Amino acid sequence: MLTFAIIAGLVLLVVLLLLLFRINSLADVMKTEAQRRASTSNRVNAILMMVFLIGACALFFWYSIARQNEYKLPVASDHGIVTDNLFWISTVVTGIVFIITHILLFWFSYKYQYKKNAKAHYYPENNKLEIYWTVIPAIVLTGLVFSGWKAWSDITDKAPEGAEVVEIVGQQFQWSARYPGKDKQLGAFDFRKIDDENSLGIDFSDKSSFDDFIPRKIYLPVNRPVEFKIRAKDVLHSVYVPHFRLKMDAVPGMPTRFWFVPNKTTAQMREDLNNSGNPVWQEIDPNTGEPKWKNFNYELACTEICGRGHFSMKMLIEVVEEAEYKEWYAQQKSWLSTHEDYLSKVPADLKELAVISAGIESDKNN
Amino acid sequence: MADENNAHHDEHHDDHHEGNFFTKYIFSLDHKVIAKQFLFTGMFWAIIGGGMSILFRLQLGFPDMNLDWLRPLLGDWITTEGKIDPEFYLALVTMHGTIMVFFVLTAGLSGTFSNFLIPLQIGARDMASGFMNMLSYWFFFLSGVIMFISLFLSTGPASGGWVIYPPLSALPDAMLGSQGGMTLWLVAMVFFIVSSLLGGINYVTTVINLRTKGMSFARLPLTIWAFFLTAVIGLLSFPVLFSAALLLVFDRSFGTSFYLSDIYIAGEALPNTGGSALLFQHLFWFLGHPEVYIVILPSLGITSEIISTNSRKPIFGYRAMVGSLLGITILSFVVWAHHMFVTGMNPFLGSIFMFLTLIIAVPSAVKVFNYLTTLWRGNIVFTPAMLFSIGLVSLFISGGLTGIFLGNSAIDIQLHDTYFVVAHFHIVMGSASFFGMVAGIYHWFPKMFGRMMDDKLGYVHFWLTFVGVYLVFFPMHYIGVAGFPRRYYSFTNFDAFSSFTDLNMFVSAAAIITFGSQFIFVFNFIFSIFKGRKATLNPWRSNTLEWTTPRVPGHGNWPGEIPTVYRWPYDYSKPGAEEDFIPQTVPYSETPESNLPHENELIDQEEVQQEGITVDEASE
Repeated sequence: MLTFAIIAGLVLLVVLLLLLFRINSLADVMKTEAQRRASTSNRVNAILMMVFLIGACALFFWYSIARQNEYKLPVASDHGIVTDNLFWISTVVTGIVFIITHILLFWFSYKYQYKKNAKAHYYPENNKLEIYWTVIPAIVLTGLVFSGWKAWSDITDKAPEGAEVVEIVGQQFQWSARYPGKDKQLGAFDFRKIDDENSLGIDFSDKSSFDDFIPRKIYLPVNRPVEFKIRAKDVLHSVYVPHFRLKMDAVPGMPTRFWFVPNKTTAQMREDLNNSGNPVWQEIDPNTGEPKWKNFNYELACTEICGRGHFSMKMLIEVVEEAEYKEWYAQQKSWLSTHEDYLSKVPADLKELAVISAGIESDKNN
Repeated sequence: MADENNAHHDEHHDDHHEGNFFTKYIFSLDHKVIAKQFLFTGMFWAIIGGGMSILFRLQLGFPDMNLDWLRPLLGDWITTEGKIDPEFYLALVTMHGTIMVFFVLTAGLSGTFSNFLIPLQIGARDMASGFMNMLSYWFFFLSGVIMFISLFLSTGPASGGWVIYPPLSALPDAMLGSQGGMTLWLVAMVFFIVSSLLGGINYVTTVINLRTKGMSFARLPLTIWAFFLTAVIGLLSFPVLFSAALLLVFDRSFGTSFYLSDIYIAGEALPNTGGSALLFQHLFWFLGHPEVYIVILPSLGITSEIISTNSRKPIFGYRAMVGSLLGITILSFVVWAHHMFVTGMNPFLGSIFMFLTLIIAVPSAVKVFNYLTTLWRGNIVFTPAMLFSIGLVSLFISGGLTGIFLGNSAIDIQLHDTYFVVAHFHIVMGSASFFGMVAGIYHWFPKMFGRMMDDKLGYVHFWLTFVGVYLVFFPMHYIGVAGFPRRYYSFTNFDAFSSFTDLNMFVSAAAIITFGSQFIFVFNFIFSIFKGRKATLNPWRSNTLEWTTPRVPGHGNWPGEIPTVYRWPYDYSKPGAEEDFIPQTVPYSETPESNLPHENELIDQEEVQQEGITVDEASE
């Protein structure tokens, strides 16, 4: 019954609007061209221009200020602080241009609306003005570009010596991470060696690979350069850690990399969020029943469309103090030691070394 | 010279040969009919493409909603839980992009207005080759039919994003849409490119060769400059997409490895080695970036014309406007890799492309300032076309400014592939060119159909659309700054993206209202074709040549001789003149009261011109 009432109401409304439209258009035929130009509608439109300007500006400022707790993303890497600064500088510069040009656009529209006896000002060109507004934007843009270029060069420069290396591998639809193990050397890989268990295609003829380990979660030391070596097994993926301001595509057949310095441990970040005075983090998470800051985690996401499960490629990252990292690192068992079958892939002359490097305790293989 | 040829052809064209229904309306060679064919087809696709966006906005805004009621339309793409299938969601996003960029804003926009206005505004009987022009439409139509069919495949249409990056698009195992849907997408795009090239060659040739007496390049309306340069961009960039697509076809079907290397999928390692996924991205964006200018330049041209006419003022800085169009045309070819800062491309290349990209902001800024100065001290008549043009300027500013963030590679690291990008290009390229297209329809409707569209409905349509577009796309900036990636089916998997459910709901609601209000326009459009008030010959009191034709121009456009042009198209509100406009066909000798000093000198040449000797550009 209610549905029927709504539909009937809508139908009536449409009929009414059509009727109004018809009456209006019939009356319209009677008008002269001049009347049309100086019509009430012209004035109304001019006024609406101002209403829009004021309304939109108010909404823009109100929302940008009132909701900044929600859209401002905490930052946890050294270069992220730099790029965030660049972002906000650009926001201020473009914001000023945005507001001024819009005031001019709508104010002119309002002020110079059609008046019957007015005549527009014949003003076809002014080279001086053209030069001004070519040169000034060019200078402003140059400033922005140079600061951006400086940051970009630093960020994309070679990773510093001694950077902690972690291999990140994307596949439909999950991430994996491989650490180089005690020798700090990632072993070679070959996509042809991939199988159900050796899902990263580790090449066990390379002795660096014996102690490599593959944890479920990424651990990183705080305040130390970390280099992600990135590759993909099947299609394009993109490594994206929003809080680190980090993004780099994972490309099959073309390893990529990104280095950065995480500068806040997960624990520290939780504490900071708790003390930030930002009410968003005090909200109770319905899944855990605890305030949101308590379960904050760095997340690794995918930002290059990769298929059905694109939106669900998540891996957690935990940033810890140096000592805790060392301890965790030492505890990790090499992949080879948990998959001893793969000792058969190791060349005979390296087998002994493999058993030692991989930390395999009993010598079952012989 | 071409002009003389025109004169000779005059007698033939005068006797209006009526063909049968098929030659007149279907396989017509008349540029005006072909333009309308492009327009109707473009509108059809706009509704389909826009409708798709509503479907995926439902998923994004109301993720818990039961969508079983869509089952009659989408069938099994609605899962048993009443949700849109995640893969079909990606297909919707992909097809929305493809349809809007290529079918609506390239073919629908250039196809309609270049075809309709070039001959009418330069004073030509028709396009240089009517037959190629007809082929151009029918290749587009064929392309559309194939794309439409792909929507109904059991594995769905292409779904790897409108950029169809391989390996995702190359491997049938990677997703359903990379099976038959991708094949049809590629076939459709090949026909589309053929259509674009046939059209583009025609536009360029016509503008160069078929201008009427006195219509030098310096007297061309800015619309024609924009269409001309758009066609040049298209001719140079679409072939590159063609080769990209062709190589992808080889990789998909013939086992080559142009883009494929080191891939393990569906339990086996593929034999392909040595290919480069990045190669495709370079080739794609070599078209893809010029493409956004193919989409926006015609709208900027249309807007220049409408703003000048309705401000009753000459466009400010005509030469600067042409210069910036030229600048944009050239620069549009050297900025493509700013789409690829974080793809693993050499970061040094990234630096180069950052510099080049921010240079292109300068001519765009010049255009905006010129628009503003054109409005300054005008006598503005708010026709619906004028409102949409002002709307375009606003959107062009808003979307252009966010381009400065994204063109900066350091800032782009974070913003790349987030909703910030979605906001940016939907405003600057999507909405702005859409506004230009709608403005053009309102403005030239009287010439197309001999009747007027209803103003009041136009006003309502404008305000709902203008406010709506901002409410849809402006909030996306915040969502993007908060880090939300694009092309996500759902955000609930990540704590980092779990906020903003309210804003996403708001955006979806705004999108539905904005989309709905387009039907006011559709109604106004169809109703006015049959029942609109009859148009006068020059309803907007405009200077350009098309308004010197009969109310409904027949085949050949002018019943008698093609008028001669004596002045530039922007003599509005000239001091001394009685009316506030002086059409291009009025010689300086007839307007001594308003001539500027250097124009008086041109009077002598006008007499020579009337004797049938063409004036070349040197005399300008």
